[in-house]
Amino acid sequence: MEYVLIIISAVFVNNIVLTRFLGICPFLGVSNKFSNAFGMSGGVLFVMTLATVVTYLINQYVLAPLGLGFLQTVIYILVIAALVQMVEIVLKKVSPALYRALGVYLPLITTNCTILGVAILVIQNNMNLAESIVFAIANGLGFSFALVLFAGLREQMALSDIPEGLKGAPIALITAGLLSMAFMGFAGIVK
Amino acid sequence: MNQAQNFLKGILKENPVLILILGTCPTLAVTSSAQNGLGMGLAATFVLLCSNAVIAAIKDLVPDKVRIPIYIVVIAAFVTIVDLVMAAYTPALHKTLGIFIPLIVVNCIILGRAEAFAARNDVLSSVVDGAGMGVGFTLALTVLGAIREALGSGAVFGQKFLAGDGILLFVLPPGAFICFAFMIAAVNALNRAMAAKGKR
Repeated sequence: MEYVLIIISAVFVNNIVLTRFLGICPFLGVSNKFSNAFGMSGGVLFVMTLATVVTYLINQYVLAPLGLGFLQTVIYILVIAALVQMVEIVLKKVSPALYRALGVYLPLITTNCTILGVAILVIQNNMNLAESIVFAIANGLGFSFALVLFAGLREQMALSDIPEGLKGAPIALITAGLLSMAFMGFAGIVK
Repeated sequence: MNQAQNFLKGILKENPVLILILGTCPTLAVTSSAQNGLGMGLAATFVLLCSNAVIAAIKDLVPDKVRIPIYIVVIAAFVTIVDLVMAAYTPALHKTLGIFIPLIVVNCIILGRAEAFAARNDVLSSVVDGAGMGVGFTLALTVLGAIREALGSGAVFGQKFLAGDGILLFVLPPGAFICFAFMIAAVNALNRAMAAKGKR
């Protein structure tokens, strides 16, 4: 039950993109096509889960016992960068098909703040390993959900008549604002 | 390009937030009040100044292939300094900005300037560039924070000028997106008008 609550909270109530404001860059950047949105979502979900598990273990067994908590930011970002690189190499070898689908998105994921954000949130909220994994997967799903919804909206928007001054980034942000407003309807489902 | 132009380009012509649309996450997340925007802006400016200076100084020693990880470590070191200093001296602000302080590491403005400017220019120009971009970022965040605070709670920098509650929506997440959208549109219009004037 607890895990179900974590999932509902991360996907709908505290959606990582629309209410926590993490990962806005890829949210705006790769949402102009449905297929790109799917590729990016897959990459983020995969890397986020892996990165959260690895950084959790490093924090638990290396940083915390040695009192090196202040190195958290430096170590985490290095681990994430190395992990993304490794995933890229392994995927290329093991599953060329998946690599073709996710390949171009992987380098972008290193500087995606959702990954580092979730890794830090897990530590801040004192979650255990199982909760951390569920939290990471749920946030990956939340990111995917928002991104795919938004990509669908933007594909429709390509055909509509937009005032000159609002073309490009402004109209995308207004759409995101409306989507965020819709998500506010979920507030209160979970405390 | 002289240093004055180098400094000024970050403020309007190449404003990192409003023109290049970089660093949108902290821009949207922390601007629920002018004070938070200012605090975030100053923290990022400090990191940007220091990292630009260090990266411009070490650029000839860094092998090309591993430059990005090295730049990120330099940036992360300064972010940790800011994080600890803010926790010690401005605990309230540190608490409000929360997770967005460590996330300055992945703020694309900072890595972007390192890669696009500091890695190709001398230390002095890089510091000036960092200062200009930092001021541009801080200004954008403070103005956006002030607008949202004014509409949302009828106050600026905590100074109430309207009785009553204001429009709550503007302090909540949707208000951030919508205010930011209109701010970008306004700056685009301003830049276009200035360009048209320059041509004539």
